[in-house]
Amino acid sequence: MMRKDLDIIHNWVPAQSRVLDLGCGDGALLARLASEKQVSGYGVEIDPEEIQKCVERGVNVVEQNLDNGLKNFADHSFDTVLMTQALQTLRFPHLVVEEMLRVGRECIITFPNFGQWKARWHLAFSGRMPVSDLLPYEWYDTPNIHFCTFKDFEVLCREHNWKILHRQAVSESPVSGVLKDFLPNLFGETAIYHLTR
Amino acid sequence: MRKTLTTEAQSHHSGKPAGLPANSVGIVEPKSHTFPGPFKLACGRVLDEYTLVYETYGKLNADKSNGVLICHALSGHHHAAGYHSASDKRPGWWDHYIGPGKPIDTNRFFVVALNNLGGCHGSTGPTSINPETGKPWGADFPPLRARDWVHSQAQLADLLGIQQWAAVVGGSLGGMQAMRWSLEYPERLRHCVVIASAMKLSAQNIAFNETARQAITSDPDFRDGRYLEEDTLPRHGLAVARMIGHITYLSDDGLGKKFGRELRSGTFEQGVEELVEFQVQSYLRYQGDSFSGSFDPNTYILMTRALDYFDLAREYDDDPVAAFSHARSKFLLVSFTSDWRFAPERSREIADALMHANVPVTYAEVESPMGHDAFLLPNARYENIFAAYMNNVARELADSARAEVVQ
Repeated sequence: MMRKDLDIIHNWVPAQSRVLDLGCGDGALLARLASEKQVSGYGVEIDPEEIQKCVERGVNVVEQNLDNGLKNFADHSFDTVLMTQALQTLRFPHLVVEEMLRVGRECIITFPNFGQWKARWHLAFSGRMPVSDLLPYEWYDTPNIHFCTFKDFEVLCREHNWKILHRQAVSESPVSGVLKDFLPNLFGETAIYHLTR
Repeated sequence: MRKTLTTEAQSHHSGKPAGLPANSVGIVEPKSHTFPGPFKLACGRVLDEYTLVYETYGKLNADKSNGVLICHALSGHHHAAGYHSASDKRPGWWDHYIGPGKPIDTNRFFVVALNNLGGCHGSTGPTSINPETGKPWGADFPPLRARDWVHSQAQLADLLGIQQWAAVVGGSLGGMQAMRWSLEYPERLRHCVVIASAMKLSAQNIAFNETARQAITSDPDFRDGRYLEEDTLPRHGLAVARMIGHITYLSDDGLGKKFGRELRSGTFEQGVEELVEFQVQSYLRYQGDSFSGSFDPNTYILMTRALDYFDLAREYDDDPVAAFSHARSKFLLVSFTSDWRFAPERSREIADALMHANVPVTYAEVESPMGHDAFLLPNARYENIFAAYMNNVARELADSARAEVVQ
């Protein structure tokens, strides 16, 4: 099953372009972009199991820790730099986005929206950090160390003068699916941003 | 007598003598071929002819597309897998990775391993007779570079009818040859597998090599490299050279785990005068002694020099990206976390250059406490990545064969 956010990214990435996928996971997105849109490029991943899956799919993957930066990539060496559901795991998310916009002409970022009603509900009424299907970790043992909301990210973009080409909220549940377009920060489960400088 | 017959019947049935592991290529026999010259070397000198000793495992397919070339490292040779006889105690040097069902699967690939020119296991080298003098070449054997090996390997490919290798594979100095292949004969390999290697040696690497060479040349039995003529052998020098090398192949951690400060003999007891020998001392000496009984000192000097001289991008304005822009193959790079001889950083440099040159590359940094030697040893993650990559290589061959049939 392809996640909805991956469908949207698929539409935003131009055919035959050169793509760098940061935190590429099992390489499913790159494999799909390669076969359906003749996109070339590389995945960057740190998890040995995910790297193994990439190799099995025939996806080019390079083992690298994103927290060490993207210094090894030249300016504008890719058309699009992608990062799906990894922003919240980074030590300095804003620096990585800056780097993504240096390395790529455009970048596409997805992250879980911590402002979604379920998270708010959980925190408001149980008084504890939200744990859900999408974010199944306890606060003390989670790769997700920098949560933000739709609104938080909008502010970050403004402060850094990043130009938002597209923004989209995604939700798996049908009710939220309708409401997310009106109140993305409340009903969007996943935020997708398409940025440039 | 009856027992012997049974064994033979079994061996016939399994395709290999009983007692050898099922996933071994079995009993293998080296072949040798003398190539007519003139063969011009990078140094400008010319060999009138030269001999290469090699082994092959698996079957070459009808369109001769499934060849895999194994390039050996400093002290390697043509015997990469299998056994030379049923009583052979140890298999070839890369038997963990070459064989039926292994990462380089001999059920699918035709594997070619050779002893490089300048070697001392049967290929033309310092121990061969110099036709001009009728005496062993010794130290007069021409200095070689990785490209000389690559060019001679290409002649071996021609001999075997292999126009294009499915993959050229090598670890360490072997990885340097694989990379050189991708630039010298870009159309003659589909994949380039470079393990625990580097685009050039660091000053520290060269320093270790020089110390090793000095150990050999300062042995009184070295006789300016003419020890064969004078019937001596700088065994001690070569043993020390190997000991130095061996330390750099292992990690501090690996040595610590294996030996710690354990004593082999002697005691620290007060009042007792008994010389202490640490386990690591005896281990290193054993490594040095066993090596110096089976390897030629001049070859060791020649091989370490070839390592020192190697610089992938030298003739491309020292720009690795410019160098790799000539490559047409896909790359797999693997490094090992505790390898300080060819550290992961060296492999990352290769990966970066390949990405900048828009060449397909996969790079894995494998956790291992075994230092540089890890590339020869069993390691689950290394095996899995290597096997998955080679599986793609085989699948790609099958796909392109099918495509040709359709056309």
